[in-house]
Amino acid sequence: MEITTVSYLRWIPLLPLLGAAVNGLGGSVIQRRFGKSAISAIAVTPVVLAFVLSCCAFLQLKGLEPEHRFLLDDVWRWIDIGTLKADVAFWVDPLSCVMILVITGIGGLIHIYSTGYMHEDEAYWRFFAYLNLFTFAMLTLVLGDSLLLMFVGWEGVGLCSFALIGFWWTEQINTTAGNKAFIVNRIGDFGFILGIFLIFWSLDAAGHGSVVFRDIQHHAVSLEGRTIWGLPVVVLATLFFFVGATGKSAQIPLYVWLPDAMQGPTPVSALIHAATMVTAGVYMIARLNFLFAMAPETLAVVAGIGAATAFFAATIGLVQNDIKRVLAYSTVSQLGYMFVAMGVGAYAAGVFHLVTHAFFKACLFLGSGSVIHGMSGEQDMRKMGGLKDKMPTTFWTFLVATLALTGTPLTSGFFSKDEILWKAFSSPHGNATLWIIGVCGAGMTACYMFRQVFMTFFGETRADHHVAHHIHESPRSMTMPLVILAIGSILVGYLGVPEFLGGGNRFEAWLEPVFASGHEMAAHASHDAGLEWTLMLISVVVAATGFLIAYVLYYRHAASPDAIADVAGGVPYRLLYNKYYVDEIYWAVVVRGTLLVSAICSWFDGAIVDGIVNGVAKLTVALSWLDGLFDNRVIDGLVNLIANRTYDLGSRMRRVQTGSINAYLYVIVGTVTIVLLARLF
Amino acid sequence: MEGISLEHFLIVSLLVFALGLYTVLTRKNAIGILMGIELILNAANINYIAFARYGGASIDGQVFAVFVIMLAAAEAAIGLAIVLGIYQNFDSIDVEATDSLRY
Amino acid sequence: MPEVSLSVVVFYAFALLTVGSAAAVAFSSNIVYSAFALMGTLFGVAALYVFLAADFVAAAQVLIYIGGILVLILFAVMLTHRIANIEVSNRSVGRLSAGIVVGGVGGVMAYAVHHTAWPVVASLPDAPSTYAVGNGFLGPYVLPFEFASFVLLSVLIGAIVVSRKELKS
Repeated sequence: MEITTVSYLRWIPLLPLLGAAVNGLGGSVIQRRFGKSAISAIAVTPVVLAFVLSCCAFLQLKGLEPEHRFLLDDVWRWIDIGTLKADVAFWVDPLSCVMILVITGIGGLIHIYSTGYMHEDEAYWRFFAYLNLFTFAMLTLVLGDSLLLMFVGWEGVGLCSFALIGFWWTEQINTTAGNKAFIVNRIGDFGFILGIFLIFWSLDAAGHGSVVFRDIQHHAVSLEGRTIWGLPVVVLATLFFFVGATGKSAQIPLYVWLPDAMQGPTPVSALIHAATMVTAGVYMIARLNFLFAMAPETLAVVAGIGAATAFFAATIGLVQNDIKRVLAYSTVSQLGYMFVAMGVGAYAAGVFHLVTHAFFKACLFLGSGSVIHGMSGEQDMRKMGGLKDKMPTTFWTFLVATLALTGTPLTSGFFSKDEILWKAFSSPHGNATLWIIGVCGAGMTACYMFRQVFMTFFGETRADHHVAHHIHESPRSMTMPLVILAIGSILVGYLGVPEFLGGGNRFEAWLEPVFASGHEMAAHASHDAGLEWTLMLISVVVAATGFLIAYVLYYRHAASPDAIADVAGGVPYRLLYNKYYVDEIYWAVVVRGTLLVSAICSWFDGAIVDGIVNGVAKLTVALSWLDGLFDNRVIDGLVNLIANRTYDLGSRMRRVQTGSINAYLYVIVGTVTIVLLARLF
Repeated sequence: MEGISLEHFLIVSLLVFALGLYTVLTRKNAIGILMGIELILNAANINYIAFARYGGASIDGQVFAVFVIMLAAAEAAIGLAIVLGIYQNFDSIDVEATDSLRY
Repeated sequence: MPEVSLSVVVFYAFALLTVGSAAAVAFSSNIVYSAFALMGTLFGVAALYVFLAADFVAAAQVLIYIGGILVLILFAVMLTHRIANIEVSNRSVGRLSAGIVVGGVGGVMAYAVHHTAWPVVASLPDAPSTYAVGNGFLGPYVLPFEFASFVLLSVLIGAIVVSRKELKS
């Protein structure tokens, strides 16, 4: 494996960092003196330049032999303690090249969109500072050549997500959502950290301690067969990593933060919660695919949770009324599909879906942002309608992206989702159950997405009077990215046309060197073209059914959605509308439980620990009182006693001094007599 | 001297001594006490002389008696000077009166 | 009639004089009577000295004791007697206890005297003793003799110091 050393890779993350630093430290001054256009220039330029550099990296990689497509930019020796060595070094292989193109490309478009969307906001500079900082963190995450540097980026995107969700921090609901995102992410991060520890520790025990990806990959075989606490090390470590992924990529059980994250500005939702941050978990599994390939149990867990999440989130999305909530649950659901792909070993398919999803989901979010902007801030779809004519560009791009998301043939989403479903069925790790769940999810996706389209753009407008007057198309800065993304939603798909349809699946080929382990899996997979066609057609039919249901309910109004909602006493509807009460369950169990534990600890600290301390203090006081008592009574008493006795003795003895000479004479005579007698006898 | 032995003289001196002791112990007058002391000294002198005569045929007893007389004189002089001093200060020579140094 | 030699009678007479005078000193309630009785005692003692062939000592006794000390005592009595009244000579303090003590001491001494076997040694010849005493003073006892002169000097000075009146300066 030949590695080419370059020195320009560091600028890809550093340029946005510089933009963040300038805007963050001096933004308020710059905005006052030079206006918002200066801020925009400072913010957008680095991302665009980073995109250019990413393209350069891509071209450079293309020029290399497939087995040697590795670029390394070692910037700085960071940690060098014993066997733990981690540098600040950036690593580009086909996988991370794809990621940086997506991040800088779509990120750049969203930056441009934001210049229009956030135009009225006074904290314009702060938004772009955070946005640039996020871009830096995300690029560090995908470019880092070691688990530790990736984790730095991992934490960084979590932090920026928190800052951007709670951007309008004067409203408590926004800050609460930000807190929720950060705290739930933290739980996942804990799993990630444990995974890092376990991998390093086990590799160290085998003699090859390292956190650098290429080293881990090289020595991964030495972990085979090792167990810790009765479990295979690789399984345990990959499970820990997957916990981190569920946190960052919003899978069951740590998905609850993503719908609340919609409190943030819409470009944030587009960039972070559709295109990039939430895909970090998928990327991480792709990066560590050689470890996951050694742990079939974990892969089963990954696929299972991914499928469950895909289905679960889609059911909730059916009944949501907020335009962004629907898209949020849709994101959770689509991420579930990506994890299904990773779980069955179809890493390339998962990453492909990641890329296509980035395009159309970003387009959808930005489109919804445009709708909200045009509706003067209204987000409830029940108050929308008839926007198709008033906001044509938005409508058409939204429609294109919806078609891509639902997997309409010939759109990018069709190719990528179909690839996942096929692999779910045919891969040695996959089975028919996963496929069935996936297909049902696809059907529901079509249903809720077209419900959204019909409610928002078709029919008569249900908006308030003064809002309806102001409906207008968004400015160029906002519509241009929409158009670009919509075009991308269609065209990107053609990178990954599978073989059975005649395409060369260039995407998979491109990623082949990274997923060498997937190679063996592909060799074992079924290559029945006929079966593939059949399954594809079934999924298309199911999706079409979903479309029809939405069409009937929301376009033709042939049946009343409310009547359906009241089926079975309205219980299923309420269950779905309240998101299966998961948030409430978490609150009652986890949050209350944690607060209970902390209350117990606090009580313990206050009553027992403080009690002990106070008790010791009281004991000391008591002892010193005793001491004082002893000192006063005994010691002083002794001293006083001696003095008093001496005094008494003195006062008695001095009576000898009678002053009477007569007495003295008696004494003399008496003494002499005694002596005389003593001598005599 | 036939019939007069040492013991006779010793008895005499004993009697004088006892009377002198009695005087010392009972008298309130300071001079009376001094007189008692003179009696005691004289009794001792009689003892000396008697032993000088009967006890060892040596002259030591008499020499000693002379010394005693000498010192008795000295002591009487001082004693009486003190008595006079007391008289001047206390206006009385009652030994009970000089009890300023009592407890 | 038993043969009683003259010396015995004389001895007893002088002994009676001595002891009787001593009793007068002890029991008299007048200090002047006591003083004169002391004179009688001293005379009696001097006579006993002569009896014991200590003529020099007897002479010294008369000269010093009676001629010096007794005169001094009489002076003191006279100097203090005028102001003092008869109460001073009262000897009401502790006659009983004094009697007991004296009786006790006396008894013990009498016992000692009686029950001791005094060795009878050859007695001195009846000769004038002045020469022997003088020899004694300047012979074996020269040191005490000199010390005695010191003592007398200091007594002299001391007596003057003690009895002088405070000078008002």
